[in-house]
Amino acid sequence: MTNNHDRSIAFVRTEDVPAAPPPPNAAGPTKWLKDNLFATIPNSILTIVALLVIYLILQGTLPWLLNGVWVSPSLSVCRDILDGATGACFAVLTERWNQLLFGFQYPADLYWRPGLAFILLFFAAAPVLFFDLPRKLLIFTALYPFIAFYLIWGGSILTPIVALVGVVAGAAVYQRYVKGSFALGFFAGIVAALIVWNLGGLIIPDEEITEGAMRSVASRDLGGFMLNMMLGVTCVSLSVPLGIALALGRQSSMPLIKYICVIFIEFIRGVPLITLLFVASVMLSYFFPPEATVDLFLRVVIMITMFSAAYIAEVIRGGLAALPKGQYEAGDSLGLDYAQSMRLIILPQALKISIPGIVNVAVGLFKDTTLVSVISMFDLVGMIRGPILASTDWQGIYWELFGFAALLFFVVCYGISQYSQWLERRLATDHR
Amino acid sequence: MNKTVFFGAVAVAGLAASMGSAATLDDIKERGSLNCGVTTGLVGFASPDANGVWTGFDVGVCRAVAAAIFGDPTAVEFVPTTGKTRFTSLASGEIDLLARNTTWTFSRDVDLKFDFVGVNYYDGQGFMVPKELGVSSAKDLDGATVCIQTGTTTELNLADFFRTNNISYEPVPIETNAEAQQQYLAGACDVYTTDASGLAATRASFENPADHVLLPEIISKEPLGPLVRHGDNDFGDIARWTLNALITAEELGVTSANVEELGAAAGNNPEINRLLGTEGELGAMLGLEADWAKNAIAAGGNYGELFEKNIGENTPIGLARGLNAQWTDGGLIYSPPFR
Repeated sequence: MTNNHDRSIAFVRTEDVPAAPPPPNAAGPTKWLKDNLFATIPNSILTIVALLVIYLILQGTLPWLLNGVWVSPSLSVCRDILDGATGACFAVLTERWNQLLFGFQYPADLYWRPGLAFILLFFAAAPVLFFDLPRKLLIFTALYPFIAFYLIWGGSILTPIVALVGVVAGAAVYQRYVKGSFALGFFAGIVAALIVWNLGGLIIPDEEITEGAMRSVASRDLGGFMLNMMLGVTCVSLSVPLGIALALGRQSSMPLIKYICVIFIEFIRGVPLITLLFVASVMLSYFFPPEATVDLFLRVVIMITMFSAAYIAEVIRGGLAALPKGQYEAGDSLGLDYAQSMRLIILPQALKISIPGIVNVAVGLFKDTTLVSVISMFDLVGMIRGPILASTDWQGIYWELFGFAALLFFVVCYGISQYSQWLERRLATDHR
Repeated sequence: MNKTVFFGAVAVAGLAASMGSAATLDDIKERGSLNCGVTTGLVGFASPDANGVWTGFDVGVCRAVAAAIFGDPTAVEFVPTTGKTRFTSLASGEIDLLARNTTWTFSRDVDLKFDFVGVNYYDGQGFMVPKELGVSSAKDLDGATVCIQTGTTTELNLADFFRTNNISYEPVPIETNAEAQQQYLAGACDVYTTDASGLAATRASFENPADHVLLPEIISKEPLGPLVRHGDNDFGDIARWTLNALITAEELGVTSANVEELGAAAGNNPEINRLLGTEGELGAMLGLEADWAKNAIAAGGNYGELFEKNIGENTPIGLARGLNAQWTDGGLIYSPPFR
């Protein structure tokens, strides 16, 4: 017998087979395509149709975008340059750039003032929006409204200083008396501020400053996207505290306060914003003599603020209603008074619930600021619809201008919504 | 700050509202500028240019009045008004003069308590059709689809016109001129109808204006003119006679080029002398300087010059004088004599 034994096993593998690459259709981009775009026959059809649609859209818009004319004095010259080819006339944006941003009446040599105010806005807003930042930055936030007012309107520096002193005096008096009673502190603070403002009004020179870098700019000279930003920022920041007050007032057990708040909210919510704006611009001028009209910008701010405050109040009321009764009782059982329990226990939770709703109102409000164009204020849309489209150079050009307006608004609104999503994640205390 | 003013304002509001209209000229002089209401933008009639300076046919009237009062055509504060806010702005005293292509109608003059000081443009409703349609008269439009702005008098005029001519049409309601332009170019309607000046301006913005024609029929009367508040006849006279001065200047051949020369010393045409203040006391009767009309004409030229510069045939809008020619040329523009 031959020794077959050592030949009975022809080959013994002593190391692992190197892993073969997966088949091409089970990995990499092919797999992704197969799983996501061509999983089933209906899926494949939808994918192909969607690609076709995207192609058609791009085919229409890309030449228009890429072939755009950026330098031209008028639409007809634009058309001459294009000579029948497809292409946008973006020259209107470059030629009227400053008008789109600042309106057509703001003095051109003063554009740096609103520009600076806009940059400072980020520094002022940062500590409010991102509370990981040092709290001392809030001092700048408190000063910002006065700085921005001085930068945008110019004039005597005494005006914002007196306003600031009035606010500081009011706050000091409030701090002094609030320990006794909230109402006493609140009203004493308002009285103190009014006294300072009235006395301060005497030292502010009446005549406007007409020369120099800080000369006065009238409200009616404001315009463009600057006006949208100003209205949006002012009204949102004013209407959130007012909305909180209204929401709490509506839940108050004191009938007078409760019914004032209910009537206010229901009335404002029952009236279209455009009606309120017309009242602000048209009706109010009947009640005041021509010399002493309240500034149109201020009137519009008041109306938009009231409008959005009513909506925010209802959003916050939803947040308050969502809290279990135990939270209120917990506050009481700790011996906190009303203001303390609201400030420390109820509102932090209610506001957190309300964030998406408040942001929704804020985004809507920002877009609603374009409505002021119907009362002949030249915001971005007003500038486009009025002066630019009515000029002999540019009449008949729509897509470029309104596309640009849409882009500006999209950037801001998308930014707001991204911030709110970050805020929700940041404040998420539940363990999901 | 403004608080004292605010409370004072509330207290005297009613009082001041009744007093405010008494002496507009004094208010204007004290303020140092004329508050003139214009459109928020209408091609050729009023719009700010790239530098924010208002130009246009209606703007020319504002500047002429300011020049007549102050001798300075830039002493105007332009207050843009919309179709909805224009009358309240004027009634409340926010503006002194409204030059905003406003049609002179009975109810605006009588019921709204305004005074129209004259007509600076005779407009009327017209039709625009694509040339390829081969239509030469509005009476051929039987069965046409018509783009028309809703809620305007043009809608009613259109219905009347088609009924009297016993032909039918199908209206396509639209909201704004911009929308009309898009719909018309997209072929959603065969005909676009609105004021003839607006049609001309719209056509001027088309890529190929020559492919569209304006039909000869004008189916309504739209006399556009500046207006002032009822009750201050002194200021109304200034506005009225400033407009008349521009018209008379064209008739007499006084232009912005030769007005300085003609106004320097009395010439041999007595009416020119009276107009330019080298003879007579017409300026003093209005409460103005003797050279008021000279300044008004120098501001932007006479009526014909304003027309040619802003909306005339050499501009992109290209309006013919038509009804707006001088009465001596077969038009309706006619000024009472300066005497």
